[in-house]
Amino acid sequence: MTLEVIGIFVLWLFLYGYVIVASIDFGAGFFNAYSLFRDKQHILNKVIQRYLSPVWEVTNVFLVFFFVGIVGFFPKSAYYYGTTLLVPVSIAIVLLAIRGSYYAFTTYGGLMPKRYTYLYGLSGLFIPASLSIVFTISEGGFISMGEKGPVLDYWTLFTSPLTWSIVVLSLTAVLFISAVFLTWYAHYAKDEAATNLLRSYALIWSIPSLITAIGIIVELRFHNYEHFTRLMDLWWMFALSVLFFAGTVFLLWKKRAYGLAFTLLCGQYYLAFFAYGISHYPYLLYPYLTIYDSFTNEAMAISLIIVFVAGLGLLIPSLYLLLRLFLFNKEYVQGKRDNHV
Amino acid sequence: MGNEEAVFFSRVLTELTLSFHIIYATIGVGIPLMIMIAQWVGIKKNDEHYILLARRWSRGFVITVAVGVVTGTAIGLQLSLLWPNFMELVGHIIALPLFLEVFAFFFEAIFLGIYLYTWDRFEDQRKHLLLLIPVALGASFSAVFITIVNSFMNTPQGFEIVDGQIVNISPLLAMVNPAMPTKVAHVLVTAYMTAAFILAAIGAYRLLKGSNHIYHKKAVFLTIKLGLIFSISTALIGDFAGKFLAEYQPEKLAAAEWHFETEEGAPLILYGVLDGQEVKYAIRIPYALSILAYSNPFAEVTGLDQFAEEDIPPLSIHYLFDTMVTIGVAMIALSFIYLIGMWRKWPFIHSKWYRWLIVIGGPLSMIGIEVGWWFTEVGRQPWILRGIMRTHEAATTSGQVDKMLILFASLYLLLGAGSIYVLSRMFKKNTVEQELADRKLEKAGDSFDT
Repeated sequence: MTLEVIGIFVLWLFLYGYVIVASIDFGAGFFNAYSLFRDKQHILNKVIQRYLSPVWEVTNVFLVFFFVGIVGFFPKSAYYYGTTLLVPVSIAIVLLAIRGSYYAFTTYGGLMPKRYTYLYGLSGLFIPASLSIVFTISEGGFISMGEKGPVLDYWTLFTSPLTWSIVVLSLTAVLFISAVFLTWYAHYAKDEAATNLLRSYALIWSIPSLITAIGIIVELRFHNYEHFTRLMDLWWMFALSVLFFAGTVFLLWKKRAYGLAFTLLCGQYYLAFFAYGISHYPYLLYPYLTIYDSFTNEAMAISLIIVFVAGLGLLIPSLYLLLRLFLFNKEYVQGKRDNHV
Repeated sequence: MGNEEAVFFSRVLTELTLSFHIIYATIGVGIPLMIMIAQWVGIKKNDEHYILLARRWSRGFVITVAVGVVTGTAIGLQLSLLWPNFMELVGHIIALPLFLEVFAFFFEAIFLGIYLYTWDRFEDQRKHLLLLIPVALGASFSAVFITIVNSFMNTPQGFEIVDGQIVNISPLLAMVNPAMPTKVAHVLVTAYMTAAFILAAIGAYRLLKGSNHIYHKKAVFLTIKLGLIFSISTALIGDFAGKFLAEYQPEKLAAAEWHFETEEGAPLILYGVLDGQEVKYAIRIPYALSILAYSNPFAEVTGLDQFAEEDIPPLSIHYLFDTMVTIGVAMIALSFIYLIGMWRKWPFIHSKWYRWLIVIGGPLSMIGIEVGWWFTEVGRQPWILRGIMRTHEAATTSGQVDKMLILFASLYLLLGAGSIYVLSRMFKKNTVEQELADRKLEKAGDSFDT
């Protein structure tokens, strides 16, 4: 494995981590708002708060890690993506900022008007939509090289079916991932009412998430044929992913082993996400930027990888401690202990 | 929008984001240390007031951390969005401290979550205190690493340029650049100092507004003691920073001091107004600039006459420099007099007007932080990487920066107003008296149970 591949693998892994934890977060906000709308908030509120409160900040770091890492390992990407993504990413930052701070304001500051809950729920859906534009652009065809530098063609971007397929995919995936996780979590907390409600959400969102994922592959056939054929070469990864998906839905349907269902779901997205990533190789931005011509110098790459390994050596035990104390602490999860500051 | 406008708006937006972010970031670096000290004192003295101090500070701290985190994410991304050419270049040379900063931030985030949700969970309070160490370390180290990036921009090194190509890159050498020691030290101690004085201001304000509780008196006494230690360290390190400037960035020092001609035994100019090339109404302290720069009253200090016109930073930075130094000295005096007064039992220490001075000291320290950063950043103009890349070469070519400026300005307005509203509501609703009474009841209830 070359340094370039190690670099992109590490970053892709963190992006995958962000996709999972952020989906849980965004989806939780949406379900919380939706249940308020349907007068069922008393069912979900406690479970969601108990999960989110100690970890909300950590979620954000996964994203920061990814974008700092990509500039570190692939500095040229700052030039191409930085120049073109000013507007969509700025919108995402603003939404993330409002969302993150109002979460703290409401949870710790006791600011609780209903409209914030709605805004909070909706903002969670706009963020994946605005961030997923990066994936669309990476397929090529939306950026042209102007005299002064790369220029993003908004008209082509917003009229492309590929854009909207990716947006819809991100939304359905967010809701599906979140519902499955929360079903397991509510069950673990012995909260029957919340489990049943979330289980129904999970089942509802499973089908659209599968259909949109397949839809993307069809779209790509027309948009970027080269990428499409590479995807087809990895058909077995997608087949496995679909199998995992079937397992998740089956277990949910049978009301059995929610923990295993969530594990299968993680496996499903891991396979699909990595198959997509591998098929994208070697391009960071088709056809301008490959991971080879944008890679940093060797001295920097090695020092980044050393720091990364050392950092993980400290991070993994700390994350484990966090999970141990909250996520896997029965007393805490079931609400027998709060001990909040 | 032409390139010139894109550069202008990019600069304004970056300045706005950073100016807003450092309010919360400074609090975020300083307060964990204060919480740690309060909790430690509380455990050691077995005094519930200090523990409660730590607890109430933590509660407010979460709100400021939230805004700090989201605005930090904003500036992190804006660096690439607004200055893509710069990030492309430094990505090759100085990505390491940026990356390290994220790790420090990660630790802080993890342990802060644990700390906040394990109050009263451990039999042994010292275990809970231990959790604060990674929080305080993480907070301080993210400041250290990000300041290293900034010091690299002032004194770039650790690479060579051969025929326009960057070669022989040494990431470690880039990190330990000449500006690094003084900058990092100055940033850390001023953050601690500001946090201490802000907490002192809150305590003094509560004392003024009716509550005469011993809790607030302890809070003010503790934080002013800490404030004095850190403000004296700030002055000492500030002096080293001045000597660093004379050696490595003489144009910044010369512009800050309106030192037009190179001379020996240079005077220090305090305050004053610049009218063309003429300095009016200023206080001149003979030989002081030479002492500041080289610890020698007769040393030669480089003046602005030695630099090309296009390399000289705006002369208005003199006002920023003066404000920063004045505030620093005033805060030393304020806290020093307070402590002497406490020791000698001078009654005016407890008078209304002196308490008001302490209240003003909090925001004043924050203003000191702001003007200090404006001074160091504007003083580096017209370079983004001193001597290597000009600011206008680094900016984006996008035509949308002005619209983004409006977008972010509204965001900061919202976050600023929201955080002030939430914080004041939080503490008005639940006063110390109330909380102490509640805890007493709770304890009585616990002993009744067993």
